[in-house]
Amino acid sequence: MDLLARFLIRLFSTAITLFGVAVIVFTVVRVVPGNPIAMMLPPGATPADIVRLKALYGLDKSIPQQFVIWFWGVLHGDFGTSISLRQPVLGLVLGRLPATLELATMALVMAILIGGASALTAVRFRGTQIETGIDVANGAALSIPDFLWGLLLIIFFGVLIPLFSISGRISPDLQLNFETQFYLIESIVRLRFDVTANLLAHMFMPALALALPLAAIIGQLLKQSLKETMELDYVTLARTKGYSETRVILREALRNAILPTLTLTGVQFTFLIGGTVIVERLFSYEGLGNMAIDAVVNRDLPLIQGIVICFAVIFTAVNLVVDLTYAALNPRLRHA
Amino acid sequence: MPNFSRRSLLKLSGATLALSSVGLPAFAAPIDELVIAYNVNLPSWDPTVGPSAVNPTIQGVYQSVFDQFILQKPDLSFAPGLLTEWGWNADKTQVHMTVRDGVKWHDGSPFTAEDVVWSLQRAADPKTGNPIQFTWKNLANFKADGNKITADVVQFDPTIFKWMSFLTGYVMPKAYYEKVGAAGFEAKPIGTGPYMVDHFERNSYVRLKANPHYWGGKPEFDTVTIKFVPDSASRVAQVESGNAHVTLEVPYEEYDRLKGKARLHGYAHPITDIGMIFLNNDSVMKDPNVRQAACHSVNKKLIIDRLLSGYGVPIDTLEAPGYAAYDASIKVPYDPALAKKKLAASGYSTKKPVKFKIQTTKGYKPKDYEMIQAIVGMWRKVGIEAEIEVYEIAKHFELRAAHKLAPAAFYDWGNSIGDPTTSTGFAMFGPSPHSSWKTKDVDARIGPLWSEKDEAKRIAGWKAVDRYIAEQCDVLPLLQYVQPILADKRVKVVPHGSGALLPALMTRA
Repeated sequence: MDLLARFLIRLFSTAITLFGVAVIVFTVVRVVPGNPIAMMLPPGATPADIVRLKALYGLDKSIPQQFVIWFWGVLHGDFGTSISLRQPVLGLVLGRLPATLELATMALVMAILIGGASALTAVRFRGTQIETGIDVANGAALSIPDFLWGLLLIIFFGVLIPLFSISGRISPDLQLNFETQFYLIESIVRLRFDVTANLLAHMFMPALALALPLAAIIGQLLKQSLKETMELDYVTLARTKGYSETRVILREALRNAILPTLTLTGVQFTFLIGGTVIVERLFSYEGLGNMAIDAVVNRDLPLIQGIVICFAVIFTAVNLVVDLTYAALNPRLRHA
Repeated sequence: MPNFSRRSLLKLSGATLALSSVGLPAFAAPIDELVIAYNVNLPSWDPTVGPSAVNPTIQGVYQSVFDQFILQKPDLSFAPGLLTEWGWNADKTQVHMTVRDGVKWHDGSPFTAEDVVWSLQRAADPKTGNPIQFTWKNLANFKADGNKITADVVQFDPTIFKWMSFLTGYVMPKAYYEKVGAAGFEAKPIGTGPYMVDHFERNSYVRLKANPHYWGGKPEFDTVTIKFVPDSASRVAQVESGNAHVTLEVPYEEYDRLKGKARLHGYAHPITDIGMIFLNNDSVMKDPNVRQAACHSVNKKLIIDRLLSGYGVPIDTLEAPGYAAYDASIKVPYDPALAKKKLAASGYSTKKPVKFKIQTTKGYKPKDYEMIQAIVGMWRKVGIEAEIEVYEIAKHFELRAAHKLAPAAFYDWGNSIGDPTTSTGFAMFGPSPHSSWKTKDVDARIGPLWSEKDEAKRIAGWKAVDRYIAEQCDVLPLLQYVQPILADKRVKVVPHGSGALLPALMTRA
């Protein structure tokens, strides 16, 4: 099966997955206790007020009817209007998505750097106390959830040694007249390095909180993979040629050992985006995750649906890319 | 082992310092820009529609940008605002209002009586989605003559002017709103309030600039940034690190720890927010002995002292001190012996306890779950065995509207205008969707008070209702909350009885 056919089949299955997600999320948010009308009922509201508000927000129809109306709108690019924010859902989601993507990407880069460095160091000093120390640190990083890392970082780098900003994405006093919401990228393109530094200072702690558990996974997997590779004949041959241990690891073993880690990292990226929900809240970072919590608290059904669909699209797209990349790199899968 | 050279270490330190110099607090310098760490996000800029319109906590942000029809002072008394005079005619079939002269909107255009009329008509229009429309529709046929306005009373509501200081009671800019529409207003809102919106990043912050032409005088701080920090641990870190000068609603333990620090001071002020337990007039709660035992066996002072570090005021009716119908003589004393006696009269004891479910939130209000745990423990000692069910606040609203709450259910009730209709009235009157107690005897006592035109008789009537409800124990009021505010010592804060944190009331210490 060639790559194009594989791509088309995966695209079709992705569309079915997204439709399934849409059905599930639409139904679940309407079935779980707590509806938006009850949330906004003031003291003294009458049954007539309840009926009026339900009709105003289209909640007076049956769930299948509501779904058909909503899904027809989605097919035409209309995800509805947020109940709490009173703005089109699509615009709100796309407006916040860049912030979350930048944060998740930075966290991924940090995780790769930290995880990669720890794996290489552990392998370079395998069998020593340094490796034991790295294993312990990896265990701690993995067992502590990201939001707890966030709290620890706030206390350490925000209160005790106030090096980084605790909340938000950028300092309010910075004047931004940017065209896009990809502030980090645009600040670099526009050579506004004052903005870049400010953004990085704000992103450092939430990104690190997200990165640490993933760094531990990457570190452990890469270390095991490297250790196995280091036992192979071609590596032994490289050693007999008199290459230094560091060169053997970096030049000979790493190239082969890194493939499974890269695959895993692609998949873990989706979990990392999921982790932004709590971490963004903790750091008052104005991303999609922070907005998702407000949407749930306010029972803002159209916004919850829009955010979940957006996350689902990201998850399936990343999985699609990982699958196709793996197929492209692995001849056995390509010709299966 | 890797070796760092002195040069590389210096480079690293330099880079770290450069990165960390962004936005760091300066503790000794005078405060130019006031930074407040606020406990909720601001969903929408229109204070008259959507869920945020009825969220009491957000009102402090709205009141910084918009003016209400009538001003409410920190002690909850009412004072001239955009309306300088208001009242009814003799038979209370008409209202009259006088609009303040010389006020300007933030865009420089003049504020007029037309804005007031349009705002009231818009609020009464069901199509706009104003959740308080049921009140605003009681006025119609507005006539404006200069700065004088009159309107007909469709249905007499003694609290209509109090609502003008309460939820959705804001004056909106007619010409500007009609020009830019809802989306344009959301993008660039203007009001007549003490601060103008300079920049707004949803879920992150709003930067405000002082309105130099504010009718009440220009606020002391030219620039105020309100950061939206819903997480209480993050708010504590904000104020402790100096990244924010003022914050509110932090855990009481943290408040006690931080208020004694050299750089900070604290304000702990009772606000118009009470904790209570709804009783449902179904199942075992139909038995007055059970209800009275439930009320008399709760030691509210002990709960406040042990769980809330002493920050709270025990209450025995749904009227807290400072409310119009508060009556200190109404008492439901802590008396476990009496509770046992009442239960025994209905055949219950510690060996044969009466059983029911109590619902509560967990973490929605300070120590809510822990309070209910303590109450269940107190009940157990007299012969009440209650099973705790934790629910989300959204579920509470839904169950309450459908009259499906458990026999007992914890809730907090806000009433910043302090009128009895908006506390006892809506919480205990059967036809109200917010009432959990729906009985003819209480409804018969409350009913006539909705349209009582004699204010003294009206308040006296509500006091009588409160006394009756307290004697019957149809509800279990617990405490009036105390709002903890932490501030930099360079900032003087004036706490508002409604709980709204208003930067316009803050000055340099």
